[in-house]
Amino acid sequence: MTAVPAGPALPPAQAEGLTAVEPVRLPRSAIFADAVVIARRNLTGIARTPQLVVFATIQPVMFVLLFRYVFGGAIHVPGINYVDFLIPGIIVQTVIFGATSTAVGLSQDMSKGIIDRFRSLPMSRSAVLAGRTIADLARNVFVVLLMIVVGIAVGFRFHNGFGPAVAAVLVALLLGYTLSWVFAFVGLTVADPESAQLAGFLFVFPLVFASSVFVSIRSMPGWLQAFANVQPITRAANTVRALTEGGPISVNLIWTVVWSIAILAVFAPLAVRRYRKV
Amino acid sequence: MTTTTHSPGRGAMIEVEGISKSFGETRALAGVDMSVPAGTVQGLLGPNGAGKTTLVRILATLLAPDTGRARVSGVDVQKDPNTVRSLIGLAGQYAAVDETLTGRENLVMVGRLYRLGAKLAKVRAAESLERLGLVEAADRPVKTYSGGMRRRLDLGASLVGRPRVLILDEPTTGLDPRTRLDMWSFIRDLVAGGTTVLLTTQYLEEADQLADHSVVIDRGQVIASGTSAELKARLGSDLIEMEVRAAELDRATTALADIGCGAPVIDQARAQITIPVCAPVPDLMTALRILDAAGIVPVDLGLRRPSLDDVFLSLTGRSTGDDDLAARLATTPRTPRPARSAA
Repeated sequence: MTAVPAGPALPPAQAEGLTAVEPVRLPRSAIFADAVVIARRNLTGIARTPQLVVFATIQPVMFVLLFRYVFGGAIHVPGINYVDFLIPGIIVQTVIFGATSTAVGLSQDMSKGIIDRFRSLPMSRSAVLAGRTIADLARNVFVVLLMIVVGIAVGFRFHNGFGPAVAAVLVALLLGYTLSWVFAFVGLTVADPESAQLAGFLFVFPLVFASSVFVSIRSMPGWLQAFANVQPITRAANTVRALTEGGPISVNLIWTVVWSIAILAVFAPLAVRRYRKV
Repeated sequence: MTTTTHSPGRGAMIEVEGISKSFGETRALAGVDMSVPAGTVQGLLGPNGAGKTTLVRILATLLAPDTGRARVSGVDVQKDPNTVRSLIGLAGQYAAVDETLTGRENLVMVGRLYRLGAKLAKVRAAESLERLGLVEAADRPVKTYSGGMRRRLDLGASLVGRPRVLILDEPTTGLDPRTRLDMWSFIRDLVAGGTTVLLTTQYLEEADQLADHSVVIDRGQVIASGTSAELKARLGSDLIEMEVRAAELDRATTALADIGCGAPVIDQARAQITIPVCAPVPDLMTALRILDAAGIVPVDLGLRRPSLDDVFLSLTGRSTGDDDLAARLATTPRTPRPARSAA
């Protein structure tokens, strides 16, 4: 059945006697329809506060300039131009930093009472989170494309053709999207935007730097190498790099996909459960 | 309506039975019963921290009670929350609207989430904007709105689903007096349409203006219930309030002992005497004659209507602003819960 809103059938004037109430069930399509409404709301917000997008892009641009021109000369990665090594890493770093905005956005909505409004509406319980993560994914698409343009301006080139280049972007976005669900959980748990920002940063910083994003992990001490080698960010950076520059792909790609599915399987239900109870 | 028969069960739009809720050690609600007949406005009065918002959150399906049950239009809030959500509209003291969207976009969004469909959502949004006097500001981002406009928009958002039950959580707290009057007139209009309203407030005057019947809660329990007139009647209606020179306080108190229709409240620190009076003007004149004969000239003198603070003082022996934990723990004789009046 389609869920009939109580509204049109029951104008307030008729509400005097207690007419029996038909149970209102959410249609299966509710999560999609509601997520689209929420995603549109969030994207409108992003589009109308361009300064936030500018600040979100300045940071990765600074990383590009820093590593390309300041540290780059001192970093030697055998067999590859450092700029071609760096930019795939930066793409992965960008989507991960972008994913932290899910935490900030949700905790903002919570502190302003908008989450309470949504929770009091007959809408899907997962849609607010799905809509938020989809909007943040869309923003990530924009920022990644921008970083590629910046990368090309500082000397980066795709050496492996168009198809793999597109695949590289998709792999990075996949990891970014799954991490959005981790940050959705964080954002609903910490409750104020400043703490969400800090929590996101503390979580992301070691993972990004103890990975193959900026340097080859072979230069790290053994214990750190062991960690860096298995964690998802290294695997994603290696996959993106192999797709843009050539080289063996399958093992890293499988690892990245497995990690993404595992993260989603754990954190999406956790975040939704948290949402139901906040 | 002039009389309210509060028998739980048939005919009640909101039924609350034995609801308790604790947060850790803090007992926010300790067995609350309440019943609101369809088409009436129920005031839920109490100071900050009395448990009003907790009860509202339970009725709005935002929070699960520890014990007891609540039904809206006969639907259990825990067993079938989605149906309850389709029956209620919630507006609160924090205007829960999106600042970057325009007023209209906010309302259309909420309409879509009530599953109205694009067209109907637009129509309802326009209706709400008109009803709340926001047509001119409709297409401006909410961040340009004043506080009063945001509250109105928040109220508008709760209306797009045409709820049977409107839950208003301190809708005028923090608003200036003029804007408060505006909100009252909007709420009155809604009520005239037959919507059942649960209105929480800290202001007796607000309940007086809007509610058919009120319950007073304190420390998570119902301590009184009745119409505003009934609640005020328990205070001996109006009050003479006077301040005298400290040295003359005892003399003035003795001289005025026979005035009024209730025990006076003496504030030693401020040298203030508050006397409940049933015949305000004659009693005031008598009081002045007595004071004049005794040669006492009050520093300040006035007649005033009882406030919620006075209700609390008389019901609990504490004032509403009293946050002192020691004072809270001190046991004050509690007025027994009045039998539900079938006046």
